[in-house]
Amino acid sequence: MESTNPEVTLITADRRKWWLDLRELYHYRELLFVLTARDLKVRYKQTALGVIWAVLQPLANMLLFTLIFGRLAKLPSDGFPYPIFVFAGLLPWTFFANSISASAESIVGASTLITRVYFPRLIIPLASVCTALVDFAIAFFILLILMLFYGVGWSLNLLLAPVLIIALGFTALGVGTMLAALNVSYRDFRYLVPFGVQFWMFASPVVYPSSMIPEKWRWLYHINPVAGIIDGFRAVFLGSPLDWTTVSTSMLASVVIFLIGVMMFDRAERRFADVI
Amino acid sequence: MLKPSIRVTELAKEYRIGAREEPYRTLREALVKMMKAPIHRLQGRSREKHKRFWALEDINFAVDQGEVVGVIGRNGAGKSTLLKILSRITPPSKGQVELIGRVGSLLEVGTGFHPELTGRENIFLNGAILGMRRIEIAQRLDDIVAFAEIEEFLDTPIKRYSSGMHVRLAFSVAAHLQPEILLVDEVLSVGDNAFQRKCLGKVGEIAQGGRAIIFVSHQMSQIRRLCSRVIWLRDGRVEAEGSVPDVISRYEAHMSGRDAVGTAIGDCFLQWSFRDGRNVLSNVDDSVDICTELKISERIVGGHFGMVIVNDDGRIVAGWAFDDLSLSEGRRQLVLRLNGLPIKPGNYSLQFSLFNHGNNLNGGTVVEIWHALPQLIVDSEYYGHPQDQWAGTLNIKASLMNSS
Repeated sequence: MESTNPEVTLITADRRKWWLDLRELYHYRELLFVLTARDLKVRYKQTALGVIWAVLQPLANMLLFTLIFGRLAKLPSDGFPYPIFVFAGLLPWTFFANSISASAESIVGASTLITRVYFPRLIIPLASVCTALVDFAIAFFILLILMLFYGVGWSLNLLLAPVLIIALGFTALGVGTMLAALNVSYRDFRYLVPFGVQFWMFASPVVYPSSMIPEKWRWLYHINPVAGIIDGFRAVFLGSPLDWTTVSTSMLASVVIFLIGVMMFDRAERRFADVI
Repeated sequence: MLKPSIRVTELAKEYRIGAREEPYRTLREALVKMMKAPIHRLQGRSREKHKRFWALEDINFAVDQGEVVGVIGRNGAGKSTLLKILSRITPPSKGQVELIGRVGSLLEVGTGFHPELTGRENIFLNGAILGMRRIEIAQRLDDIVAFAEIEEFLDTPIKRYSSGMHVRLAFSVAAHLQPEILLVDEVLSVGDNAFQRKCLGKVGEIAQGGRAIIFVSHQMSQIRRLCSRVIWLRDGRVEAEGSVPDVISRYEAHMSGRDAVGTAIGDCFLQWSFRDGRNVLSNVDDSVDICTELKISERIVGGHFGMVIVNDDGRIVAGWAFDDLSLSEGRRQLVLRLNGLPIKPGNYSLQFSLFNHGNNLNGGTVVEIWHALPQLIVDSEYYGHPQDQWAGTLNIKASLMNSS
């Protein structure tokens, strides 16, 4: 036989691990790519506009929000033109919102896979986040065009952008896995999530600047890691000064959320096939 | 070097029936329960009234390299649960399993196929789900496509595939996984007969390569063909384990309501076979003789001899009756000559009846009604409709003449 050292698997009634099996996750990395590719391909099959939808959605939101919050409600925008101000907030927000909505449904949606094949279940919500990340990358070019158009941003701070996106991705994965696991046992989350996402958007500086929040409440406001990350994102792309305290607090909070979510998911994972 | 093998020790799996009936709870129920739990605990009934049910209990066995072990048992005996534990889909409640080697399972073929994607895209998707590397799939792509016979449709979305093509592609991907441990569950009951035979051949081929295989099937002919050993599961426990003919005959005897084959001795019917002494029919076109041996202890006058053939679903496929039969005491042989037996390949049970002084309608007395063992196995070429739903029960060779 060609195998020199076959892999040994031990299946027991007790959980064999309480930490994340990163080696196994790495072994299944191709499944992550394949599932992400499937989600992307399937989404735009039989649509006339195809991938352009990934651009149109945030663009349409930008126009709508500019009209309502910028023109009618006359919300402040820290001195930037409202369209680019709101787009710089919408872009990371859309990534976050799509990630958690998709991951929350992902496990239940993959029930046939779960009850028939073994693979690390974390791959499924991870693929949802990766799919949203690809959409983000496409819509990102619009932001670059807007930056050229309005002549803002373009500083060295831009180098921080990947860090912020990764932090946002980790937050989304933490929240998404938590919701996915809860959704398996309690389908109530199917109804709670859309409402929660909407609520969360208004609790984050997407359509308004966080400078609108009274100074003494800001610390409370920034417990929401998405708030700090969106502030950071906007500062980096529009070229306003970066508030290091809020950004680092949010980063820390995002790591905590990520660990809690993934640990919860990992604990629930083995029961999925029996409960789903 | 470690050799591929499976070791199962004191394995058990418990389901809560209550929890199964309502697969998911709502948050409100859970909250209400949380509030009530301390009160219930005080009242001494903390463990809710869910009925517990052991789907598997005290399972011990081992499969070594190069072995193909069949698992048989009726529906609900725990066969699928066992495979689900072995393939890590569901955890056991007790005990442990040690698997040496890469595990591949043919549990439900085609899992994860997406109708919008093309055949090629689905091969890569399905392969990745089954744990194959992209490069492995690419290397075997040609074999997979050729085996599935879908060459021209490789870049067509599979929603346009016929159900037969779908199944062929699914099996083909799974069969090219090349694992060291292979778990096969009932997959060979898919598709048309020609493809089933091809699949069976493929599994046999895989078995040759020094792997450890567990093979679950209801079709005893498949078990006979592939397996070197059989485990019979009954109500979640191992009822018998051993050589193929031994365990299968005990199982079949159990299923047909008799203790064992041997106990027929002393009764009237002793055995049946075809002319060649076997119970396998390999050509359905030629005339066949079904020879029954009887031991007549009372003289038969104006008797009745009947035989029916019953298929897997319990339906009578054909039946014959002969009256005014006379037999003297002693060992006798009755030969029922049929001008061909055009029935589909598969397993059939035979029932014989012998009456004295008449038949079942005119006051005859029953000498014996015999649920014959072994079963009749038809293993011939299949001529009928390739799709199961149109195939019917007969197997008649036909040709199409265009006389225009």
